[in-house]
Amino acid sequence: MRAMDKNRLIVAAGAVALGIILQLLIWNGTLNAYYAQVLTMMSIFVIMATSLNLINGITGQFSLGHAGFAAVGGYFSAIITTRLQLPLPAPMIFTISLLVGGLIAALAGFLIGLPTLRLKGDYLAIATLGFGEIIRVLFLNWKYVGAAAGMWGIPGYTNFIWAYMLAVLTVIFIVHFMNSSHGRACISIREDEIAAETMGINTTKYKVMAFTFGAFFAGVGGAVLGHLIRLLHPATFSMTFSVEILLMVVLGGLGSITGSISAAILLTFVSEALRKFNELRMVIYALMLIGIMLFRPQGLFGRKEFSLDLLTDSRFMFKSSKNRGA
Amino acid sequence: MMNNSGSVLLITMLLIASLIFTACANKPAEPAAPAAGDNTEEGDIVIGGILPMTGAIATFGQSSKKGVDLLVEQVNAKGGVLGRKVVFKVEDNKSTQADSATAAQKLIQQDKVVAIVGAVASSNSLAAAPIAQEAKIPMVSGSSTNPAVTEVGDYIFRAAFIDPFQGAVMANFATKDLKAVKAAIMTDANSDYSIGLGNVFKDVFTANGGTIVSEVSFVSGDTDFNTILTTVKNAKPDVVFVPSYYDTVGLILNQAKNNVGFPAEVKFLGGDGWDSPALFELAGDAANGHYFSNHYSPDVDSPEVKAFIDAYKAKYNEVPDALAALAYDAANMILTSIEKAGTTDAPALRDAIAAVELNAVTGKIKLNEKRDPVKSAVVIVVEDQKQKYFTTVNP
Repeated sequence: MRAMDKNRLIVAAGAVALGIILQLLIWNGTLNAYYAQVLTMMSIFVIMATSLNLINGITGQFSLGHAGFAAVGGYFSAIITTRLQLPLPAPMIFTISLLVGGLIAALAGFLIGLPTLRLKGDYLAIATLGFGEIIRVLFLNWKYVGAAAGMWGIPGYTNFIWAYMLAVLTVIFIVHFMNSSHGRACISIREDEIAAETMGINTTKYKVMAFTFGAFFAGVGGAVLGHLIRLLHPATFSMTFSVEILLMVVLGGLGSITGSISAAILLTFVSEALRKFNELRMVIYALMLIGIMLFRPQGLFGRKEFSLDLLTDSRFMFKSSKNRGA
Repeated sequence: MMNNSGSVLLITMLLIASLIFTACANKPAEPAAPAAGDNTEEGDIVIGGILPMTGAIATFGQSSKKGVDLLVEQVNAKGGVLGRKVVFKVEDNKSTQADSATAAQKLIQQDKVVAIVGAVASSNSLAAAPIAQEAKIPMVSGSSTNPAVTEVGDYIFRAAFIDPFQGAVMANFATKDLKAVKAAIMTDANSDYSIGLGNVFKDVFTANGGTIVSEVSFVSGDTDFNTILTTVKNAKPDVVFVPSYYDTVGLILNQAKNNVGFPAEVKFLGGDGWDSPALFELAGDAANGHYFSNHYSPDVDSPEVKAFIDAYKAKYNEVPDALAALAYDAANMILTSIEKAGTTDAPALRDAIAAVELNAVTGKIKLNEKRDPVKSAVVIVVEDQKQKYFTTVNP
C-alpha cells in the first residue's frame, strides 16, 4: 500500500511539474504560441482518444459517434460562456462550462447508449455513426447557436495548461476505472460477452456506463476545442473527426491507454512536422498509417500498456492489461 | 496492481515529455535557417497564405495559390517591393477550422510573415482571424464573404464584396433590368450563405415594389426537386432566385426545364456559388438564359482584367476563375500597401491597407469603415452553356 501511494504521488507530482514547466516555457517565450497551439491540440486529442478507447478498446463496443459527443459538449459549454452573462471570474465560468458540456454529453451518451448498445459490432458502429450525424444536423439547424453559420466570438479560455491538466485528469480517471471492478467487468464484456453475462455481470449496465463516461470526456474535449479555436461550426464535427480519433485509438492499440496517448501525440506531431511537404502532406501521412497497420496490425502497443517495470521488475517491459486483474 | 497503474501513468507522462521535448528540440532550429525548401533569405518580405490545399474545397485553395504566385512572380520581376524580394508561403488548412488556427500561429510565429492572405471559406477565416488580430498581423481574405469575418478586428480585411451586397445586386437587377414584379426564392436551409442572400433579396425586391410569391427551402444533398419546383411554378413568378452552390443548382435547373416544364421566360437568378464548369455538366442546356452575380468575369473589358488573364494563361495555360482573381487582388492590396507605407511594420501597414485604393482585377477596391470593399459586381448570363458577361452593377 505504501509503495502504491508513493508511486501515485510521484506520478501526480511529475505530471503536474511537467505541465507547469511547459507552461512556464510558454510564458517566457521559449515555446512560442505556435508550439503552445500544437501542444494544446495534442492534449485535446489525448482526451478524445483515451475516452474513445474506454468505449472501443476497453469495453469492446465499436462506436463512431465521438464527434457527436464532442459537438454536444462544445456547443453547450459555449452557450454557458457566451450566451449567459454569469457574474463570475473567467476561470470559474470556464470550469462550469466544461462541467456542463461534459455532463450534457454524458446524458446524450446515456440516452443513446440505452437503445443502441443492444446492437453489436457493425450494427452498433452504424447506429452511432447515424447518431453523430443527427447531432451535427441538429446544430446545423439550431438558430440559437448560429445554425449553418457556426457559433463565433467564443472567448479563448483554453490555454495549454488547461488542456494539459484536463488530459492528465482524464487519463488518471480512465486508468483507475480500468483497474476497478467496474473496469474489469467492462474488459470481461470485451473478451466474451456471453461468458461475462453467465458470470453474473450486468452487461447492459456496464456498456452504458462505459459509453456515458466516454461521452463525458468527449464532451469536455469538445468544450476545450471550442474555446481554443473560438469558433464552433457543424462541419468541424463531421464523421471525419470521429474517424480521426478512431484512427488514433486503433493505431495506438485497442485497449491500450498508453497506446492512445502516444498515438494522439504522434499523429498530431507528424501532421505538423509534415507541413513543409505542402500538398503531399496528407499523402505521406496516409502512407505512414498504412505502413504501421501492415507491420503492426494490432496497433503500436496492441492491448498492452507501456510501463517502466524495467525499473522494479526487470523481466517485462510490456505488461498485458488482459492479465492485470489476475 | 495499483503499483502497476502508477507506473503506467509515470511512463505515460515520461512519454509525453519525451515526445514534446523531441518536438521542441527539432523545431527551434527552423527559424535560424528559414523554412528549408524555400529560397527565403534575410531581408525578404514574407507573405503567408492560409489556403485549403487539401480537403473539401481544395480546388478553391489551389486556384487562390496560383493567383498569388502569379502576382509574386510579377512583382519580383519588377524588382520586388521596397527593393526587397517577396516570398509567398502557403500553409494548408485541410479546409478545417482547427487547422486554420494552427496554420495562422505557424505563419506568424515560425515564418514571421508580415501579412496573411486567406482563408477561403468564411468559417476558416473566422478561426484564423482572432490569432492574426491578437498578433497584429494584417490578414486579407480573398473570398470570405460572411460579414462577420472583418468584424473580428481592425487587422482583418477582405477583397470580396459581402453576402448582403450580392443579394441586393440580384434584387435590383431583377427589378430594373428584367422588369420582374413577382419573384420566388429557393434557399438551402443548411447554408448560411444561401439563407443570408435569400433574406436580402427578399427585403430589397419588396422595397423595389415587387412581391415574393413563393418561398421554399431544400437541403444541400437533396437530388429530387420536382415537388418544390412544381409549387414554385404554380405561383407563376417572373424570376426565381436560387442562391446556392453549383452542384445543387445544376440539378434544380435541369429538373425545372426537363421535368417540371418551366416556361423559358421565367429566369433563374443566383450568386457566385453558381460559378463552376460543373454547373453546365449537371444542367446541360437547361442553364441557358439564366443569370448570376459574380466577382469578376474574364470577358470584362478593362486593362486590369486583360493583363491578368494574359499573364495567367501564359503561366498556367488556363482561364483564371474568380478565386484566382480575388486572391491575386488580396495579395495585391497587401503588396501595394507595403510599398505605400514604406515599411512592413504592423500599425503603418494596417493603416495603409485600410486606406488602399486599387484598380484591381475584380473591380475598383476601396474599403469602407468596416474594412469591406465597396466595389462593383458583374452579372453573368449563361449562353450556349458558357458564361457570358452581361453587365456590371455598381454599389
